[in-house]
Amino acid sequence: MRKVVYQVSRNPELGAGGALVHAPIVPVEGEALPALDGEIHGEHMLINIGPQHPATHGVLRLVLELDGETVVKCTPHIGYLHSSFEKLGEYRTWNQVVPLTDRMDYLAPLIYNCAYAMAVEKMMGVEVTERCQVVRVILMEMDRIFSHLLWIGTTALDLGAMTVFLYTFQERERVYNLHEAYTGARVTTSSTRIGGMMADLPAGWIEALQDFVHTLPRTLDEVDSLLANNGIWIGRTQDVGVITAEDAVNFGLSGPNLRASGVPYDVRKDKPYYDYETYDFEVPVGEHGDVYDRYLCRMEEMRQSLRILQQAIERLPGGPINVDNPRLILPPKTAAMNDMESMIHHFKVVMEGVRAPVGESWFGVESSKGELGMYVVSDGGSKPVRWRVRGPSFINIASLPYMIEGALLSDVITVNASLDIVLGEIDR
Amino acid sequence: MSDAFKQGLAGLDTGPGRTPGEEQARPEQPAVMPVHPTVEALKERFPDAGLRHEVVAGDEHVVYIPGARNLEVLTWLRDEQGYDFLKDITGVDYGHGLFLQVIYQLWSMQKKLELRLKVELPLDGLELQSVYYLWRAADWLERETYDMFGVVFRGHPDLRRILMPYNYAEGHPLRKDFPLRGRFSRAEQVRRALAMKTEDHYSPYELEVARRLGQELPNVTVEGGPGAPTEMPGMTGMGGG
Repeated sequence: MRKVVYQVSRNPELGAGGALVHAPIVPVEGEALPALDGEIHGEHMLINIGPQHPATHGVLRLVLELDGETVVKCTPHIGYLHSSFEKLGEYRTWNQVVPLTDRMDYLAPLIYNCAYAMAVEKMMGVEVTERCQVVRVILMEMDRIFSHLLWIGTTALDLGAMTVFLYTFQERERVYNLHEAYTGARVTTSSTRIGGMMADLPAGWIEALQDFVHTLPRTLDEVDSLLANNGIWIGRTQDVGVITAEDAVNFGLSGPNLRASGVPYDVRKDKPYYDYETYDFEVPVGEHGDVYDRYLCRMEEMRQSLRILQQAIERLPGGPINVDNPRLILPPKTAAMNDMESMIHHFKVVMEGVRAPVGESWFGVESSKGELGMYVVSDGGSKPVRWRVRGPSFINIASLPYMIEGALLSDVITVNASLDIVLGEIDR
Repeated sequence: MSDAFKQGLAGLDTGPGRTPGEEQARPEQPAVMPVHPTVEALKERFPDAGLRHEVVAGDEHVVYIPGARNLEVLTWLRDEQGYDFLKDITGVDYGHGLFLQVIYQLWSMQKKLELRLKVELPLDGLELQSVYYLWRAADWLERETYDMFGVVFRGHPDLRRILMPYNYAEGHPLRKDFPLRGRFSRAEQVRRALAMKTEDHYSPYELEVARRLGQELPNVTVEGGPGAPTEMPGMTGMGGG
């Protein structure tokens, strides 16, 4: 009999109300089947999974060399969705790049919008307003939940659990509605501008978000009750796709995939931005580095994001959302129509774009997939010389061949799903 | 191949010559340089390497290292200074025939320190030592830098294109001398896309395995293209879903 104890918090005693944050104890009974006499050597075979395959979560193509059902070698082929966003960005002004960012990770578009604006603002030395910072924290944490909900739903669907998918997508629909109420778009939000946001939050938006924050935990508990102690789920995820902490760091994994291996690296804690150090939240860390731990980490991360959201809602200050700098932010329409100076500023910002001084910045943000690095380089003009995205999925998926070497064909789907990839960002 | 076509291919590998009088724009430096412990240690360890230290965006430290010694410096940083996490490798082309920069973004899990290293390479000498065996994260990052900028990483075990097709012949897209729509005409691009052979969709390793097994590889060609999909009993062809 094997007993597996899962502890998913660095300091569980600090959980809400002094209770354990989340620590299910899952004993797994039974023994492995005895090995067959003599090894069976089949002929190796090459097969393709993808690029058009629902379980690859996009247009990923895996060529597998199989020995019977065992994976000998896996070679991912990517680039089927390559749209050359980085090259396109070099032909656009700083603000015009924003719509390209949300098309990379359409599962958490607001994190990408914010990360890009933050990198450019850091390079330019612009400090956004207090209200803008808190609003961006709200948007980023909301989209972290948004993305994790999709991950749980689709991964469970890949493993045959249809119900979870329905539960999580019902909740995602509410985030879509929040997106739409704020930005007018459900997926391609394009909400940030250099120096602020496209608009302030509409009336009643915070109340709708508060309602979401209050009711989501119930759904999370339901999902947990469906999966956490589910025999099939445990059987298909525990000890599957294991990667040690050392290897995970060496492979450059980040986000929940890295933390599931026991490395407590979270950009929000280790290199905080936007006063994340003043929010009271914890970083869930796994210890086995398998698919099940990744699941637990993401579930707990959603609960922690809800805590951050609640604190952010409470501290949301008033005041302007955009910086008071006419070289960055468009003047109000009435001013542009009535006031000569405002009209000139309007003209300059629209026709020339925002100008950035010579410089560069590599800015890391904790996205839902891992560390999202935005590298922007300026030569003093109104267009980037280089805009580079260190996509967390791109790095995470590179370790897939290592994790599934020697695994069974069915585990390929599990492990691939567990990495939480989005092909728009891998191929860029 | 028409003459105009050949002209478009000129400078495919080297890029345009340097524009006379064009100088690299450098960011303004703070009056008092912030101190980074690793930068001090680096200067002490490699006094003869001519390291240049720069601070950008307020608190980001950049150290320029010579291209010929990148592996040596990076090995020392990983083993002695604890930079165990490679965040990023990428290139920056400023155009005008200026040096092409390759950047390494490092992070130390223990010290919680970030450091950016830069290598400046002339356009006719885009070669570096691979750091694949220091950080496996470099695998795809180096392949991407090779694909997009044409920087060759010596010692990388599997350096091939990653985002562009394996038989892509138009050069390296993120170089400034690469036109936004590519070097070939749209008609030529379509013709090439449709004329891709089965082998063009596989890596050399896979082709070798298939050859040894005597297995015919599943065709990945667009349906209706010149190479119609072959019948493969028991095989899932590409594009089937």
